[in-house]
Amino acid sequence: MAEYKGILVCGELTDGKLASITTELLGCGRKLADDLKEDLSCLLASDAVGVASREAIAFGSDKVYAVEHSALKEYQADSYMQVAGKLVKEISPRVILIGQTSVGRDMAPRLACILGTSLTTDCLNLSIDSGTKLLMQTRPVYGGNAQAVFTSELMPQVVTVRTKAMSPLERDDSRKGEVIPTKINIDTSKVRTKILETVKEEEAGIKLEDAPVIVCGGRGIGGPQPFQAILKELADLLHGAVGASRPPADNGWVPEGLHIGLTGKIVAPDIYIAIAISGASQHTAGCSGSKHIIAINKDPEANIFREAAFGVVGKYEEVVPAFTSKLKELLAG
Amino acid sequence: MPVNMIVCCKQVPDPEAPPAVFKVVNNKIALPPDIKPVIGQYEEFALEAALKIKDTVGGKITVLSLGNNFVRDVIKKALAVGADELVLLEDKAFEDGDSWATANALAMAIKKIGAYDIIFCGRQSSDWDAGQVGLGIAEILGIPAVTLARKVGVTDGKARVERVIPDGYQVVEVTLPALITITSGLGALRYPTLKGIMAAGKKQPVIWKPADIGLEPSQVGVAGRRSKLDKLFQPVKEAKCEIIKGETPAEAGANLAVRLREAKLL
Repeated sequence: MAEYKGILVCGELTDGKLASITTELLGCGRKLADDLKEDLSCLLASDAVGVASREAIAFGSDKVYAVEHSALKEYQADSYMQVAGKLVKEISPRVILIGQTSVGRDMAPRLACILGTSLTTDCLNLSIDSGTKLLMQTRPVYGGNAQAVFTSELMPQVVTVRTKAMSPLERDDSRKGEVIPTKINIDTSKVRTKILETVKEEEAGIKLEDAPVIVCGGRGIGGPQPFQAILKELADLLHGAVGASRPPADNGWVPEGLHIGLTGKIVAPDIYIAIAISGASQHTAGCSGSKHIIAINKDPEANIFREAAFGVVGKYEEVVPAFTSKLKELLAG
Repeated sequence: MPVNMIVCCKQVPDPEAPPAVFKVVNNKIALPPDIKPVIGQYEEFALEAALKIKDTVGGKITVLSLGNNFVRDVIKKALAVGADELVLLEDKAFEDGDSWATANALAMAIKKIGAYDIIFCGRQSSDWDAGQVGLGIAEILGIPAVTLARKVGVTDGKARVERVIPDGYQVVEVTLPALITITSGLGALRYPTLKGIMAAGKKQPVIWKPADIGLEPSQVGVAGRRSKLDKLFQPVKEAKCEIIKGETPAEAGANLAVRLREAKLL
C-alpha cells in the first residue's frame, strides 16, 4: 500500500496569475504541512502556468507540479480529471485542498469518487488531530444554522475550502521551491462536453468582490426598480456596489452575478448595508466576513439584526433616502 | 424525440424556517413539529427543468428520492406538477448516509430503472448543502455531467446547457445520456393544477428497499458512509446591534448617518 504523505493544493488561475483562492489554500496548506512536518505542493494545470508557478512558491508551496496543455486553457471536467487523477495517484498526498469555486465544486466530487475516497465540501476550518493525524474538517450545514466536524480514514482526505475563509501568507519572492514541469497526456477523445460559447455578464462599475462598501437588497425590496434607484444612489455615494440576496436574483430583479450568499458570491467588504434582508443563514454565509454590517429592516425580529453592528427598524423606502441625503450632507461638509 | 428523464429529489426540513428554530440535540438537527418538510429548492428547479423539456419535446419523468418516513403529500407534489412516476428508496437503513452512500444507492436505483437520457439533480441539497450527490451518480454510472445549469434544451441526442460561471455563463454541449445539476435562474417550479393533484392522489409510489437495488443494509445509510460525522454544533453568536432610533423612520435614517460618521465608519 502506498504511503500517503504531504498536502496537495489544486490551484486555479485567473488571467494567467494565481487565483486568490489558491493563495488562501496555500496559506492554509502551509500550516497543515508544518503541523505534519510534511511538504506542501501545488498542482497548476492550464495552457501556460509559468508566472503562476513562481507565485505559488512565493505564497508558500514547496513544490509545484506544472502541467501545460492547450486542452487545459478552459476548465472542462473530462480533461482536467485525467490530469488530477493521474498526478494524485503518482504522488499519493495525504490531504488534497480544492477551492469551493465554480471549478472546485465541479471537480472535487468527481476526483473523490475516482479515488474511492470521501470529500467534505465548503470547509471553514481545517486542523490536524495531533493524536490520529487525521484532518478535522469543519463546515456549515443546514444553510449555516449549524456546523459539522467530519473526519475520514480513507486516503487521500479531500476537502474544498470556502473562498475568503483562509488567509494567504505574505507574498515572499525570495522563498525557495521547486517547479516540476509535468507531462501528462490528455486523451481529448474522452472529453464528452464541448464549450460552445462563454458569455460575460459583468456589471458596470466596481466588482462586488472588490467593493469596500456593498449595499445589498433582499426580498423586501419588492421589485427591480429600487435596486437601480434608491440602492444604487447610496452605493454610488459611497463608491460601492449593489448586491442582492437570492430571492431578487431568482425573481430576475437583478442579474445572478449580484447574488450574495451560500450559492452566490462570498464577499467581505468593510461596510455591508443590508436593506430589507431578513438575514437567513443562506444569505449571511455570503457576507458574515464583512467588517461592519448595517441593517435596515421593518421587522425588529429579523435575524439580520443578530449579525449587524448598527441597525434601523423601519420601512426602507423611508429610512434609506433620508440616510443617503443626510450622509451626502455630512460627506460634503 | 421524447426524452426519458429521471429527477432526483430530496425531502428536507423547510430551509426557509427562521434560524432560531434550528437546534442540535444528540448530534442531530432537531426541529419543532410545525416546521414542515419540503422538496429541496434546487430539486424543485431540477424538476421544472425536466417539465420544460417534456413541454417542448415530450418525454417521461421519473422522480427518485431516498430517505425514510416520506410525507406523502410533500413528495407527491412531484407527481401533481407533472412527473409520471415516483420511486422511493424508503427504509430505516437509508437514514443518515453521507454523499457517497446516497449517490451509490441512487445510482443503483437508476440502473434498475434502466432507460434514461438525462438525470437531473439540484446543485446541492437544502439541508446538508454538500453538492456531491449528482456528480457521484454520474461517476458511478460512467456518464458525463454538467453542473450549475440554468437552462437546458435537447436536440439530436445532445443537451445544450447554459452553465453559470462567475460573472456570466457558458453554453456547453453534452452527449446523452448525461447528468445535469440545476442552479437558480431557471424559474420557480410551476404550481400543480387541480387535475394534477387529483391524478397524483390516485397514483402510488414504487417503494424499494436496499435489497431491491442489490445492496446490503451495510452498504447504505449510516453504515455505508465514507466520512464520519464527529460533531454537530451551533457556534455561539453574540448579538450586539446598536439600534438607531428617531421620531420617524426618516429621522432614524438621518440619525444612522450621523452615528456612522461619528464612529468613523463612513
